[in-house]
Amino acid sequence: MTNEEILSKLRERFPEVVVDVPELIDFTVAIKPEAVVDVARFLHDECGLDYLALLTAVDQTERFEVVYHLWSIKDRTTEPFVLKAYIEDKENPTVPSVTPLWRGASYQEREAYDLMGIRFEGHPNPKRILLWEGFPGHPLRKDFENRTYTFEELKPTRPTGPEW
Amino acid sequence: MLRTETITLNLGPQHPSTHGVFRLRLQLNGETVVGIEPVMGYLHRGIEKLCEQGTYVQVIPLTDRLDYVCSMTNNQAYAVAVEKLLGLEVPERAEYIRVIMAELTRIINHMMAVGFLWNELGAYFTPAMYCFRAREHILDLFEMTCGSRMMCNYMRPGGVSGDLPEGFLPAAKKFNDYFKGVIDQLETFLNENEVFLARAVDVGVLPADVAINASITGPMLRASGVAYDIRKVDHYSVYDRFDFDVPTCSNGDVYDRYLQHIKEMWQSVRIIEQALDGIPEGEVMNDQAAKALRRPPQGEAYGRIESPKGELSFYVVSDGSANPYRVRIRPPSQINLSALKEMCEGHKIQDIVIILGSINLTMADLDR
Repeated sequence: MTNEEILSKLRERFPEVVVDVPELIDFTVAIKPEAVVDVARFLHDECGLDYLALLTAVDQTERFEVVYHLWSIKDRTTEPFVLKAYIEDKENPTVPSVTPLWRGASYQEREAYDLMGIRFEGHPNPKRILLWEGFPGHPLRKDFENRTYTFEELKPTRPTGPEW
Repeated sequence: MLRTETITLNLGPQHPSTHGVFRLRLQLNGETVVGIEPVMGYLHRGIEKLCEQGTYVQVIPLTDRLDYVCSMTNNQAYAVAVEKLLGLEVPERAEYIRVIMAELTRIINHMMAVGFLWNELGAYFTPAMYCFRAREHILDLFEMTCGSRMMCNYMRPGGVSGDLPEGFLPAAKKFNDYFKGVIDQLETFLNENEVFLARAVDVGVLPADVAINASITGPMLRASGVAYDIRKVDHYSVYDRFDFDVPTCSNGDVYDRYLQHIKEMWQSVRIIEQALDGIPEGEVMNDQAAKALRRPPQGEAYGRIESPKGELSFYVVSDGSANPYRVRIRPPSQINLSALKEMCEGHKIQDIVIILGSINLTMADLDR
């Protein structure tokens, strides 16, 4: 199934969901964030896109974009199908988690939460992955202030409490 | 009444078998693992943030530091992504050089994977040193080419930084012939070793459907029986000119992952042989590249290659300025850990160590 066929099937099945088809090098479809799980399940089950290569988030100044690069191992597709969720709410960016569908998304969603501050609803273990709990802010956001940290601020890196 | 409870054990952050700083929180029932959770981030250096602060070319030395065992393929993956963004062609000789370097890197990585797996098994550093001896010759070839043994910083968007030095081709041919004997020797000593079979067969089994669902790629996926190799699927670089196979195994246990690494080294030797014979004369750098990099178009590109550990890809977003707007690296080491639960639960502690060894992680790649 080519990417254009997938798009027309997607439009047929979910008429309200597609918000944009930007002209980029890779075939890209932008959708509303609340429909991500339904669309992802449709792509996984009916379009054969069984391999989630990359999940990431981009801070465009007017919105957040969560980007999913999908391929099919079964059909050996040579071009990615890029799914984007446009999150207009910059104060409280939220998107449903696709980890129940592709467990390979688990660490990548935690990383997007950690470094970009996007909450993935329904993730089984929604914790920070690279930085420690209590780190101020999300460093990959464009408004993050890049500065030197004091020793006191970095104290939480030390092991404490019963968790250890 | 007898009361039992599980014990929490931290394997790491400092542990000889993690080859870096990485922690596993194990829930143990006696010696059997009933729960496992990896804790990472100890080597996080913020490379993705650093990439946004330099120009496109200044990112290349940072990619060397991702997976320091395979710096050549890291350079190549980034170069492929940027070339896709800019629409740059690569001269034919540069593509051949890239193939030779990438396959030599694959041999280094697989040699280290095999050597350290045997370390984990208790054959302390004897097989690893045999592997390191062969690796040393490749590092000499790298030093000859780009002046550095590990942090190569050799490939650029649009080609490679310089032509091969005089004497490289005969030296590489000599190495290739010598290396066939090395793999033969490894296979003779290790493949049928009875202690190895007892430890590794049916340990850490990864079924093919779980592997695909967990986005696992590279030798781990092929050891589970899925013949998915990006060199064959995407036809990037000049790989479609060479005659090579995609070997697979069927069980997906530790033994199969070991065997998979050995089989892939034979294919790399085949590719290097053909590339050394067929390398054309000519330019090694596209002369439009420097100009194009100063003012790249707006847009985004996703470039991927088959790195020795799996799919390594760069997602580069450009806003039209001379610095990348966002660079996202897909680290194969991190994502290959996604199915750790299936592979480890139900096994004993000593098996966890060899399962980790067979996954072949580099912690610098895991945390970036």
